Amino acid sequence: MAKKPMNVSLPGPEDIHREVLPNGITVLSRANFNSPSVVVSGYFTSGSLFESDEKLGLADFTFAALMRGTQKRDMQGLYDALESAGAGFGYDSGTYTSGFSGRSLAEDLPLLLDILAETIQVPTFPAEQIERLRAQMLTGLAIRAQDTSDMADLIFNDALFEGHPYARPEDGWPETIQSITREDMQNFHQRTIGPRGMVISIVGAVDPKRAVEAVQRALGAWTNPAQEERPAIPDKSAPAQTVKRVHPIAGKTQSDLIIGTIGPRRKDADFMAASLGNSVLGQFGMMGRIGDIVREKSGLAYYASSSLSAGTGPGSWEVSAGVNPLNVQKAADLIVSEMKRFVQKGVSAQELSDSQNSYVGRLPLSFESNGGVAGSLINIERFDLGLDYYRRYEGLVRGVTRAQVKAVAEKFIDPDKLVIAVAGP
Amino acid sequence: MKKDFKKTTLDNGLTVFLKEIHTAPLVSSWVWYRVGSKDETTGKTGISHWVEHMQFKGTPKFPAKVLDKSVSRDGGYWNAFTYMDWTTYFETMPADKIDLGLRLEADRMKNSIFDAKEVASERTVIISEREGSENEPMFRLGEAIQHAAFRIHPYHHEIIGDKADLRTMTRDDLYGHYKTYYVPNNAVMAVAGDFDSKEMLARIRQLFERIPKGKTPPRLARHELPMDGELQLNVEGPGETTYVQAAYRFPAATHPDFFALSVLDSLLAGPSNLNMFGGGISNRTSRLYRALVEKEYAVGISGGATATIDPFLYTFTITVHPNRKPQEALAALDAEIERVQNERVSQAEIDRAIKQARAIFAYGSESITNQAFWMGYSEMFANYNWFLTYLDKLSAVMPADVERVAREYYRPKSRVVGTYVPTGNGEAAHG
Repeated sequence: MAKKPMNVSLPGPEDIHREVLPNGITVLSRANFNSPSVVVSGYFTSGSLFESDEKLGLADFTFAALMRGTQKRDMQGLYDALESAGAGFGYDSGTYTSGFSGRSLAEDLPLLLDILAETIQVPTFPAEQIERLRAQMLTGLAIRAQDTSDMADLIFNDALFEGHPYARPEDGWPETIQSITREDMQNFHQRTIGPRGMVISIVGAVDPKRAVEAVQRALGAWTNPAQEERPAIPDKSAPAQTVKRVHPIAGKTQSDLIIGTIGPRRKDADFMAASLGNSVLGQFGMMGRIGDIVREKSGLAYYASSSLSAGTGPGSWEVSAGVNPLNVQKAADLIVSEMKRFVQKGVSAQELSDSQNSYVGRLPLSFESNGGVAGSLINIERFDLGLDYYRRYEGLVRGVTRAQVKAVAEKFIDPDKLVIAVAGP
Repeated sequence: MKKDFKKTTLDNGLTVFLKEIHTAPLVSSWVWYRVGSKDETTGKTGISHWVEHMQFKGTPKFPAKVLDKSVSRDGGYWNAFTYMDWTTYFETMPADKIDLGLRLEADRMKNSIFDAKEVASERTVIISEREGSENEPMFRLGEAIQHAAFRIHPYHHEIIGDKADLRTMTRDDLYGHYKTYYVPNNAVMAVAGDFDSKEMLARIRQLFERIPKGKTPPRLARHELPMDGELQLNVEGPGETTYVQAAYRFPAATHPDFFALSVLDSLLAGPSNLNMFGGGISNRTSRLYRALVEKEYAVGISGGATATIDPFLYTFTITVHPNRKPQEALAALDAEIERVQNERVSQAEIDRAIKQARAIFAYGSESITNQAFWMGYSEMFANYNWFLTYLDKLSAVMPADVERVAREYYRPKSRVVGTYVPTGNGEAAHG
């Protein structure tokens, strides 16, 4: 019933506009006049990599505080402008980069860019707002301490990335959040946030050339000579033996279980093979083989799946499940034996082609919304994938062989050397 | 909004909505059934949701594993939801693959097996789903409030059901529920995306019209009595964070006051996002954020209602500031409610609420899946026209209407106030 070839809706070199401004900001834009809205998103080369152990959560705190007041407007003034227009804008800190994203009706694009330019260049970190925000962050940490999934994740990363920056929780600890001062934030802002390496993507009912002009107007004059070079992300080897961590949280009815190891970086040549293998292991259909054995056959969990988290630095390859506290060992045994089978036997031709078809078939779905397209453009830039990446995507997916999947599984997963993390009663 | 959809009723009573959208090579197809936790009696709570799970367990033509693999293999995205008033299933797929979605929905409208072994393993899966929810303080508080707010109406229990019933319901109970409610004349189909309406309708007729019409299932009608005094309750549990919820009786979606109340919701707590796909906007300039969070009674405040067939609840949720008592936060909420009851709001505030709603609708319209969702969803508690005229109805709201509904619905005597009282961590925060 489709009337157009599928490529029409996949972003490519002739409809992605990319331009680097003299101050180092990369602008990506693609028009979509089918909806009256526009999305602005992107990132800075700032994040928790710049933090000391004593001030963990500083990046998180600083980025949240950017929206609390500027030299031109107080917090209510900033949000009044946004919310009166039905628009939204916010920051989200990360380890290697920290992001921003906003959206509005197309007519209000200048407003979004003004808010971005103002909050990133001339924030004032008002003392009263910082204390208010501190109380909110501490409450967030108290809620985290009660969340079995968050805590399992936290102790998993702590064990898997021991001695590596990824071992540290980006939202910090109560004592580190308590120790952060206004001066720490001003200093962090000054030395880590600048136009160099900044990426901004604008997608929606706006002409891409106009979008670039609008960014030039809002941010073209921004410089920050004090912006430091970002530290590199070290490598991390897999655990030398199986490590088990248990974090008790009293009064809970369910435990969260995570089992995994180090995974590939996004730019590694075998990333696509690992991704397709992961799909077979714990994604495809109803959560792949893991879902089949843990949920469908054994009825042990509502959710049980695997995931590959691959970014700029070393990634993780993990299986997670929420299970009754009495069934933790049973579920863990099933998961480890499934991982063993995955490594030893690889995947069948049918399984691989199922996942390949799924990857290719669902691609247009990720471009359904402006946010989805904006995220894809950022992905291209972050990992140097090339503007034609989504046009080449089908070939990349179909080019993966069973032997490559087995090789990448063997390379990363040693079923006798895993981190097993459990948080629950 | 112009009429850009087609509504048809098949001979067997199946209502079909079609909307062509040619912006991406995708089609989203939904089948909605008029059954949910509202139709459940004591002993059978959670049965609608469990039946929804069983609908993924196969028919003779599409056995369990074949079913989910087929959709994924074709690049499809599918899921199902059970709510108080309805149950729905959808597939969003590449346009040239949607036929699979249509075939499997037609098939499982009538031919699901409900194998006893599958029922047994799904029993523990659903109990596990419930136990995961019980980990969350807000689930436990919400469940207690619903129980207190509804003594007669079946909105009194959680959609997932009580554990007692999840342990005892049988395969035949589930199959009986399925056979009663899953008939074409109790369903609405909504399809949006890149297709030709004529061809699509012909194919739907071919697949669905042969399913025989059933007896129109009765809907449980046990109407709740008005409340005659405020109810207060506490739920104790682990943690350090106190939450307060104030839940007011709220009218049905088809009640004319629903729209003035939606404007009021925007003013007080920030606009609720009614879309299932596509997020909302922040609420930092709402009256309650300014009065509770900026004044440090709370670290978070939200409010919202959902569109329901029968009167349900509007719930304010306050995450209490660590240095405050829940009573202080509640008093600050009450002061703001009194203000909106006694001081007329400005036309400018109403205009702002309308612009916010217009933006949220625009964000939702980006997604073909969300557009198909609305055609069926609105039919479950009102009709599609309710959605199409929503912004017009908001625009017709006057300042005096907002004041009147604030007085009429936000009365302490018709609310339940629940507090989650944290009993501590029991363990060090980290180690």
